[in-house]
Amino acid sequence: MKKFIQELCEKNNFQSVHLLTILRKIQTKYFFISKEDIEILSNLLKIESTQIISVVEFYSFFHLKPRGHYDIFLSDSITDQMLGQQSLANYFAKKLKLQLGQVRDDGLVSLAYTSCTGMCDQGPAGLINGYPITQLNKARINTIVNLIETQTAIQDWPRSIFTVNDNIYKTDLLLHQEITQGEALKATFNRGLIATLDELKQSGLRGRGGAGFNTAMKWQFCSEEQSSERYVVCNADEGEPGTFKDRVLLNKYANQVFEGMTLCAAIIGAEQGFLYLRAEYLHLYSSLKVVLADRYEKNLLGNNILQKNINFNIEIRLGAGAYICGEESALIESLEGKPGIPRNRPPYPVVEGYLNKPTVVNNVETFLAAAKIAIIGGQAFAKIGIKKSTGTKLLSISGDCERAGIYEYPFGTTIRQILDDCGAKNVLGVQVGGPSGTFISNQEFDRRLAFEDLATGGSFIIFNQQRHILDLVKNFTHFFAHESCGFCTPCRVGTSLLKKQLDKIVDGHGSAGDVVALEELCQLVKNYSHCGLGQTAANPILSTLQRYPEIYQSKLKAISYEPGFDLNASLATARQLANRDDSGAYLAQVEDE
Amino acid sequence: MNKTISIDGKTIPFKTGQTIIEAATAAGVYIPHLCHNPDYKPHGSCKLCTVKINGRNCSACTFPATEGQEILNKTPELENDRRKITQMLFVEGNHFCPSCEQSGNCQLQGLGYYLSMKDNHFPHFFANRELDASHPELLIDHNRCIFCNLCVRASQQSDGKNVFVISGRGINKRLTVNSTTGKLKDSNISVDDCAAQICPTGAILKKRTAYAVPIGQRLYDTKKIDEIALEQENKE
Repeated sequence: MKKFIQELCEKNNFQSVHLLTILRKIQTKYFFISKEDIEILSNLLKIESTQIISVVEFYSFFHLKPRGHYDIFLSDSITDQMLGQQSLANYFAKKLKLQLGQVRDDGLVSLAYTSCTGMCDQGPAGLINGYPITQLNKARINTIVNLIETQTAIQDWPRSIFTVNDNIYKTDLLLHQEITQGEALKATFNRGLIATLDELKQSGLRGRGGAGFNTAMKWQFCSEEQSSERYVVCNADEGEPGTFKDRVLLNKYANQVFEGMTLCAAIIGAEQGFLYLRAEYLHLYSSLKVVLADRYEKNLLGNNILQKNINFNIEIRLGAGAYICGEESALIESLEGKPGIPRNRPPYPVVEGYLNKPTVVNNVETFLAAAKIAIIGGQAFAKIGIKKSTGTKLLSISGDCERAGIYEYPFGTTIRQILDDCGAKNVLGVQVGGPSGTFISNQEFDRRLAFEDLATGGSFIIFNQQRHILDLVKNFTHFFAHESCGFCTPCRVGTSLLKKQLDKIVDGHGSAGDVVALEELCQLVKNYSHCGLGQTAANPILSTLQRYPEIYQSKLKAISYEPGFDLNASLATARQLANRDDSGAYLAQVEDE
Repeated sequence: MNKTISIDGKTIPFKTGQTIIEAATAAGVYIPHLCHNPDYKPHGSCKLCTVKINGRNCSACTFPATEGQEILNKTPELENDRRKITQMLFVEGNHFCPSCEQSGNCQLQGLGYYLSMKDNHFPHFFANRELDASHPELLIDHNRCIFCNLCVRASQQSDGKNVFVISGRGINKRLTVNSTTGKLKDSNISVDDCAAQICPTGAILKKRTAYAVPIGQRLYDTKKIDEIALEQENKE
């Protein structure tokens, strides 16, 4: 074991920034990260063992206790639930003869839930030893269980189990055709770097992750900082439940994304770039390495790119299961081999980012668009879309519709148009922008896709009339409590309190005043949290409470005070201990009136 | 000419590089806080020092003062929300003031008094936390830890050690001790370390000193936390 870790550390130059990479390998080989491993690592990397423990405990896919040799996680996105994931999970557990959430006694297999794995267009989905499994049904589960019980090595499993489809249904400016390799760089060098930044300014391109910061401005700020080193980071930690467009972009348009990163590097003067790839997209890792190798070969990466005296390298770093790492400063912390805890701002990453050097962090789609703009120019891009939202936006459409997948729309498109195109009928409402976005009702389908109206990172989940609002609110609220990094009080405690308070109401233990208390708590979490996660964690409740107050009210009991728990159920242990089953051992929740 | 900010209508001078809380403290204006201590790098996690700067909520301990900021601090809205954040800390851990050795010297309790906190408001988590009495001279009661990170910072920045780290995620955060057993006795902490003195609550205590001063005559029994904080933090 020691030799393996020694070699692993050697390969990573004994640098603690590679801690996640190293821990991923240990977890994969030994199915957990032992105390001994941590001690060895601590000595080799010259960091405290507690620092390593804090990283292991922070990420969902690192474990201090052994997982099964076949380690299965089922995606717990609302879309998976809508496709019957819960009964399939129970079936899976029964077939494997284990309890959901546990490792089987023989250590062969473990089964648990995980946050959305980015396969909402082909769920119910999950991960086996890090690789995606899609379109789960009983037949597929039977096949998988067989392969596990016969201890067939994963590489010998039928490829069909791991098939991931792109499902592109509507293309526009960006998806219509990928640019020719090198085209954007050549155009940039011909026009000049400053002139290309000007084109980017004219294009009005705003960050596609959802926040919508002006891209040219970000690049300019970064280039103006006094520093000998700068970094370009591509944020492919696509964790917002319901989005999967970056998965498709990195599968089919990776060249263009890397080209966008390279032209950013040329403009700001960076020599090192990173693609931060979420752990759930491990299946893309080897093909992305092939694309990178090809670009090095063609002198589109590496030293003296296209003989223009520009050097730039791109390294892929994998995450380990943490939604918060989509927040840019948390992502940078994670790149440095630390828990993904968002930093205080100012300073912003363009001033002090990776290793405290000026850093541009942009979404996958932003780099894709930037490469296109370098070719077609700013005006051509700006004439698509509307005033403050130029160009097109990629949507990941899932939920109740006939064709779930990727759609590209000019900004300004109405929700109604989008619903028509994907074959959505009897729609109750749409969650635009994922759990951190907004729920809109079927009275609002004339609203538009735009930063001025409905801003979105791309998640678009459709619910039909058979769905219950509180089911999705519960799923989203639990998601945020699970993903809170725990740094600040309002989010750490507040998201868990929101979960408690919402469950109290949904489970029928709420009484007069409980909805008001819920709303007060929402405002507190929203207004005082440290970062975007906490500031949006109450959105699912707030946006549905605003539209459907009666649904919440109808769950309340008519009495003035109701305990937040089931009194009679809580006495089960006492009954068992006292060996009593008579009528006196059961209590009514409240006195009969 | 001196640069100034305004807090609740009062004009306050500041030096370039000062945070809002530093400028406020120097001018005798108290902004409630728990994770902040002027001797250490600001952390910005407890969020009690949240003030409204030109209409936007910011942490006063990390946000730099800049010319002309209009800041709201002691407003009913902010004080009400600070009380709720304090209540969150109370229900997250297990804080039994009447039986706590630190009662009267505890900043969490002192802040509760200051903010007129009358109850815990939120449902308790009843977290299952441990007590580490392994060290001959020091005690950690994890029930009282509020994850302010001060012991972590004090150990690193003053003691040149790395005795503590906060690990875990979300509501499962925990204070972790840097030793092979995870126990304090096997760490390299010393009773004179700053990390051993800094805890704002009763999570890290020196053994056999708890009742040297009787309850009723302690720090926050006699004066309010705002007065004490301004006195202590304006020394030297």
